Amino acid sequence: MTPEELGEITAKQEDAERQFKHRIHVCTAAGCLSSGSDKVKNALAKEIKDRGLEHQCKVKGVGCMGLCANGPLLAVKPSNIMYQGVTENDAAEIVSSLDTEPVARLECPTEMPFFRRQVKIVLENCGRIDPEQIEEYIAASGYEGLVKALTEFSPGEVIEQVLRSGLRGRGGAGYPTGLKWSMVAKTDSDKKYVVCNADEGDPGAFMDRSVLESDPHRVLEGMAIAAYAVDATQGYIYVRAEYPLAIKNLKTAIRQAQNLGLLGNNIFGTTHSFHVELRLGAGAFVCGEETALIASIEGRRGMPRPRPPFPAAEGLWGYPTLINNVETFANIAPIMRNGGDWFARIGTEKSKGTKVFALAGRVKNTGLIEVPMGITLRDIIFEIGGGVPDGRSFKAVQTGGPSGGCIPAEFLDMPVDYESLKKLGSIMGSGGMIVMDDTSCMVDVAKYFMEFCMSESCGKCIPCRVGTYQMHELLTRITDGKATPQDVATLEELCDLVMNTSLCGLGQSAPNPVLSTLRYFRDEYRAHVEEKKCPSGVCVMQNGNGKEVAA
Amino acid sequence: MGTSFRKPVAPSEDKRWKIVDAAMRRLGNQSHALIEALHTVQESFGFLDADSLRYVATSLRVPLSQAFGVATFYHYFTMKPPGKHTCVVCTGTACYIKGAGKLLADMKSKYGIVPGETTEDGNMSLVTARCLGACGLAPAVVYDGQVAGKVNSAAIIERVGRWEK
Repeated sequence: MTPEELGEITAKQEDAERQFKHRIHVCTAAGCLSSGSDKVKNALAKEIKDRGLEHQCKVKGVGCMGLCANGPLLAVKPSNIMYQGVTENDAAEIVSSLDTEPVARLECPTEMPFFRRQVKIVLENCGRIDPEQIEEYIAASGYEGLVKALTEFSPGEVIEQVLRSGLRGRGGAGYPTGLKWSMVAKTDSDKKYVVCNADEGDPGAFMDRSVLESDPHRVLEGMAIAAYAVDATQGYIYVRAEYPLAIKNLKTAIRQAQNLGLLGNNIFGTTHSFHVELRLGAGAFVCGEETALIASIEGRRGMPRPRPPFPAAEGLWGYPTLINNVETFANIAPIMRNGGDWFARIGTEKSKGTKVFALAGRVKNTGLIEVPMGITLRDIIFEIGGGVPDGRSFKAVQTGGPSGGCIPAEFLDMPVDYESLKKLGSIMGSGGMIVMDDTSCMVDVAKYFMEFCMSESCGKCIPCRVGTYQMHELLTRITDGKATPQDVATLEELCDLVMNTSLCGLGQSAPNPVLSTLRYFRDEYRAHVEEKKCPSGVCVMQNGNGKEVAA
Repeated sequence: MGTSFRKPVAPSEDKRWKIVDAAMRRLGNQSHALIEALHTVQESFGFLDADSLRYVATSLRVPLSQAFGVATFYHYFTMKPPGKHTCVVCTGTACYIKGAGKLLADMKSKYGIVPGETTEDGNMSLVTARCLGACGLAPAVVYDGQVAGKVNSAAIIERVGRWEK
């Protein structure tokens, strides 16, 4: 493969697309798929075939279009009409309408804020290309970033671009990506690894799943560029076994890239070689922690170890290892293509670029969104998300999953960036954003996350193993209406202890949901403890008058 | 060093062991193939048992304790034979907010089983998932591998009821 051949593939692909007067893109990512989009796609293809229109119309499966709540979604190109809630029975009507007026009853308004307010870098191809066709990715400027990195830049210059971009780790902690890369690059070793963390374990987060399903080559390209920058030849993608479609699309993508010589030995005729393999997770949240993830790739129990040494110095099988999250790698190719300065112009002073969020819970437009850093929570929830449905009132938004916190209405105008969210007692996290209304009890929410941390604690260090258990017990006493004010004091003490003495991020951040709800919703705790009442009517009290409230 | 290693004999004549062998061979029969091998066993046989753990451990030359440790550490692996049908209720945050707990309570009152259990006749297993990533369609349930979104009590009872015949 040469850079020129890449251009030829693009030209050929564009020609092939132009031959069709109409192209129907059906979302076949997991969300729409579970609403039956495969049936819609087949019905459309059959309808077109029956009418002998195969040479004019093309139906293809594409990745996530974002508005999962209204799926199955499809888009007609080049007229850019979007349809929602389509069933197989609508196929005939849609095909008939191609040369006339669109089917009004199915139309999805593309000018609504949900689409208008988004800025797409990571998701630029999601919902536009067929993830199973490498030619479509190449035609969308795919692997151009890799060509540029390998032929125009030295490894040091690649890192320089990433540093200039200001990109920070999208897995949640926000460590500057360029710094991480330069640490691995500086470590002297005859063998190094690049690992992609696709163990998206936060409940309520599906950004990485969508990227892997909808645009897997983007992640491979990012990894290949990273490998060139840090001088690694072998990469691993550690992906959740719970994501069968993402695994399937990744496997296809790796095979296609190998066949075209975009992965493998001497990429683009250079001395750079890079191979990628998949490793499946097996359902352990703690494996999102980098040292636990390494243990799991090595075939062991996923238990973290103390750092330092950091994986950049001693990682997989003891060799220097670069670990980045899916979304981080997904940002790399555009940064190479457009330059670090271009990326640094988007976002805020300290948080550059965009962030992908999985918007879910009590919000009208649930789905996948990408917004510039610095946008306010209010804009995300009420503009893009369309607000809280069923006439309910907004109570809190939870970011960062079990490691994050609940943010109340008074801070809705805070900008979304790493520092602001941390100041509020939450974290950016990997991008799960769950909206809660007045039907959610914040003590019960805290208990939910503590139950999660308790059962996901790997058991290696005592503060986390025993502390999360004890905190869960205390929270259960509160929601059962059996707690005393002393229990709340003990809970707070334990939060401090577990946070400061746990071995890894799981334990260190496990108290966050409790601390943030205590900070903003202490009244609810007080009602449970002193009045034996659950103000939201969620908790069933074991004694007192709570039962009536719950019923 | 120097002791010759003889590959163990598969627990049975079952052809599925060939699939497991192939998976281990693909990773050079090295110890780090353990999780991949266990995935293949579970995919082929539905669950892990003492025989399969012993076979995989011996083939990859890892202590049986490590194989057992890995099998019990990861939630995805099960050492109980699953029922004929499997109903997975997602308990991720979005599903929890939208009433996954109620679905589990309904299943318990109708079938008397809690997550991790199988009905007495072996017809259905009820399990929970941490998050399916189908949060946009919460609450989500997977019936024998088919994901369904926006599930309510009536829908789950009706759907699993179809398995009873």
